[in-house]
Amino acid sequence: MIVLEKRQHPSFWMTYLSPVISIVLTFLIAYFVVSAMGKDPIKVLSLFTLEPLSGKRAIGEVMLKATPLILCSLGLAFCFRSNVWNIGAEGQFLLGAIGAGGMAMWLTEAGVAGAGWLWVSLALLLGAFAGACWAAVTAWLRDRANANEILVSLMLVYVANLLLSYLVFGPWKDPKGWNFPQTLRFADSLSIGRLGTGMRVHWGFVVALISAAAMLWLMFFTSLGARLRVGGLAPGAARFAGFSSRESLWTVLLCSGAFAGLAGAMEVLGPMGQLTPHVSTGYGFTAIIVAFIARLNPLACVLASFLLSILMIGGELAQSRVGLPASVSSMFQGVLLMMLLMVDSFINYRLCWRPGAAKGLKPNA
Amino acid sequence: MTEASRLRLQGISKSYGSLRANDKIDFDLKPGSIHAVLGENGAGKSTLMKLIFGLLQADEGDMFFDGRRVSWQSPEQARAAGIAMVFQHFALFESLSVAENVWLGLAKTWTLPAVSEALRELGQHYGLVVDPNAMVHRLSVGERQRVEIARGLLAKPRVMILDEPTSVLAPQAARALFTMLRTLASEGCSIIYISHKLHEIRELCDECTVLRHGKVTGRVDPRQCNDEQLSALMIGNAPPPLVRASLSLSEVILKVENFTVPALDDSSEHLNDVNLSLMSGEILGIAGVSGNGQGLLLDALSGEWCDGTRRERQVKGAIRFQGQAIEAFGVKQRRRLGIMAVPAERLGRASVPELSLADNMFLLDQGNDWRIDRPRLRRAAASVIEAQSVKALGPQALASDLSGGNLQKFIMGRALQAEPQVLLVSQPTWGVDVGASAQIRQQLLAHRDAGSAILVISEELDELFQIADRIQVMYAGKLSPAIARQDASVELIGQWMGGAWSADSQSSENVLMGAAALESQSSLGA
Repeated sequence: MIVLEKRQHPSFWMTYLSPVISIVLTFLIAYFVVSAMGKDPIKVLSLFTLEPLSGKRAIGEVMLKATPLILCSLGLAFCFRSNVWNIGAEGQFLLGAIGAGGMAMWLTEAGVAGAGWLWVSLALLLGAFAGACWAAVTAWLRDRANANEILVSLMLVYVANLLLSYLVFGPWKDPKGWNFPQTLRFADSLSIGRLGTGMRVHWGFVVALISAAAMLWLMFFTSLGARLRVGGLAPGAARFAGFSSRESLWTVLLCSGAFAGLAGAMEVLGPMGQLTPHVSTGYGFTAIIVAFIARLNPLACVLASFLLSILMIGGELAQSRVGLPASVSSMFQGVLLMMLLMVDSFINYRLCWRPGAAKGLKPNA
Repeated sequence: MTEASRLRLQGISKSYGSLRANDKIDFDLKPGSIHAVLGENGAGKSTLMKLIFGLLQADEGDMFFDGRRVSWQSPEQARAAGIAMVFQHFALFESLSVAENVWLGLAKTWTLPAVSEALRELGQHYGLVVDPNAMVHRLSVGERQRVEIARGLLAKPRVMILDEPTSVLAPQAARALFTMLRTLASEGCSIIYISHKLHEIRELCDECTVLRHGKVTGRVDPRQCNDEQLSALMIGNAPPPLVRASLSLSEVILKVENFTVPALDDSSEHLNDVNLSLMSGEILGIAGVSGNGQGLLLDALSGEWCDGTRRERQVKGAIRFQGQAIEAFGVKQRRRLGIMAVPAERLGRASVPELSLADNMFLLDQGNDWRIDRPRLRRAAASVIEAQSVKALGPQALASDLSGGNLQKFIMGRALQAEPQVLLVSQPTWGVDVGASAQIRQQLLAHRDAGSAILVISEELDELFQIADRIQVMYAGKLSPAIARQDASVELIGQWMGGAWSADSQSSENVLMGAAALESQSSLGA
């Protein structure tokens, strides 16, 4: 009989092997699903692995998509470590996009020119501020009314979505835009500079990397980070030590809101160049998966963002090249997260083979 | 004896990784016997009971039940064969009635009215009075234990295991439990009684198996042994006797005046017009069964309220530290004044299990820096480990890796290192082995001698009679008057634990004089 037995200590190896095993299992499942759909699994798998990394332009795309994932997942990892379940990075991302996009639109209409980098920085800060404000709604409701932050932050995603739609279908619609739901295109001086020619990835990627390093420092080397971590691991111990749970609630929510808002701002000022209803392709939600694959570690968030970015691009390629539905990519993301959660149980448990076990007395025998 | 065994274990071993929790245990339980299993925490008692009850499976060795070789795969099988177990922590649904709770664990052939009827019969027969229709959340801890025992009895067990049953009972309730167990044994049911309270074992049990470090170190008739012999078997050698200086009181440093915290709902703790004064250089003991408001009292004194508590409840009365009202102060402010608390929950409150001892120093000592000064925390942890002779791999050992006793020594040492003027301790030796308990109690006395004011909340009367100078009893949110230890008796405190101090406050006025005498003595000394 095979039994699941609790380990005396969490397994060191499994902690780090678990993401790798999960990825392998995900590809195995993908192999069978794709075969069952009548496509060539080897070709599809190469679209999900090799193609996104073939050539400078392709790698630039991976970095471009990884940028918002890194920023959003950093904030989420910070929240989750403090036991604050912010599920609404998507909404905070959209508010950041609205804030930065609105400012860029106004500047373009007003014809403000010159010192583009200054205006871009201001617009990015405004985006981060808008994202933080959106997260502050969640923090305030949790603090004052003891509302569940999971529900509130998730609901606010839909509110943010509708707000964006209202703006681009209504007051912010480009009068010369053939009635498409989008703002005018922002002036060229208001876009973030690109990292190199032939790549769409912009300086925001570098900002994301610096943010990851800063977050690592904040979490593990500052007194504030230690206080927040204690609050997440053992709320009772935080109370005992006199750490304020309100301080941690506000800090992590404002911080993660700002990160998500910054990501949204970079998306509109970077590759988009205008506001449309489709600013996000679910970055805020995908970032939840990223944060968990990364075990809430800021540096691992960078790696996991690359992984998920490759999956997203692979999904698009599979759609255009072999005609797989777009939802296949989300399915792979879902399978990956599920595999991870399942394989994670082996960090604390192990399988044992008990030869003599079947000989026991049967109940009522 | 030629009598056949009810339950016999032969060479039973069980390991967790490299730790050998049970090492070639032989154990023999006779029909109708009350058999004590005695040992320190971590000696392997719980592992052995889990093996007998089918929660764990032995690595090697044989188990015979009524002469038949058995190996349970699950508690269901053990239960079906006639083994019942009453755990230290109850598994009852708060929102269901007593009968419903019992019904849930029984075979499907039972009906609810039949369960109620059977519970009433049990109540009459064994003196286990529980109202089958009462809701569990309204029951006291003792009543809940009776429900657990009744649940086990309905299956007509042939072996009943009780894990430290008196740790939650007042002395009188413990005596009632003993009477019930004796009746049960006289009817042929064998009882395994796990405890580390020696006097109980001598009073109740006719056989005793002593465990130390997973091995059997003795099989004795406890009625023929004295405390020294039993503890020698249990810990190798008896701890040295406690030493204390004679009482030298100074002024009242902490005073609680007419402190009232209303209950949030029926089942939550509350405080009702609590008064106490704590003097430097004394240990004030708070006796009482847990759940009578002690948790709230500690929270209120340490400042460790949930953020909302003070907002939600209408708190009345004052807490004064050297005359200054401090009831609105937070934990950090009070700590700066020199008020330090050691709560009963070691893991998850006094320490973070997932963090190292060094990082756990951070809970009391954050420094003034933005950065976290790891080397300083490591040094501080190392000095506590050294000073307290904590058995740990070093400052980097995780709190969860330490045994209960060692972790408590660490936590106590961490608090004492800050040299508090007022130390508030809850259950200082709960689940701690005899050696560590003696060390902790001696340290509390040493700090009392050095002039600290110490408040000890404890369920163990023995402990309070050992270390406290005065004792107050908590019952239903109220605090009794203080009584000097030398004037108190177990019987009197036992009565007070049932809330009966107001009735006899007239007759025991002379007893209360003890406290007054103490205070006058202190003013003379000052």
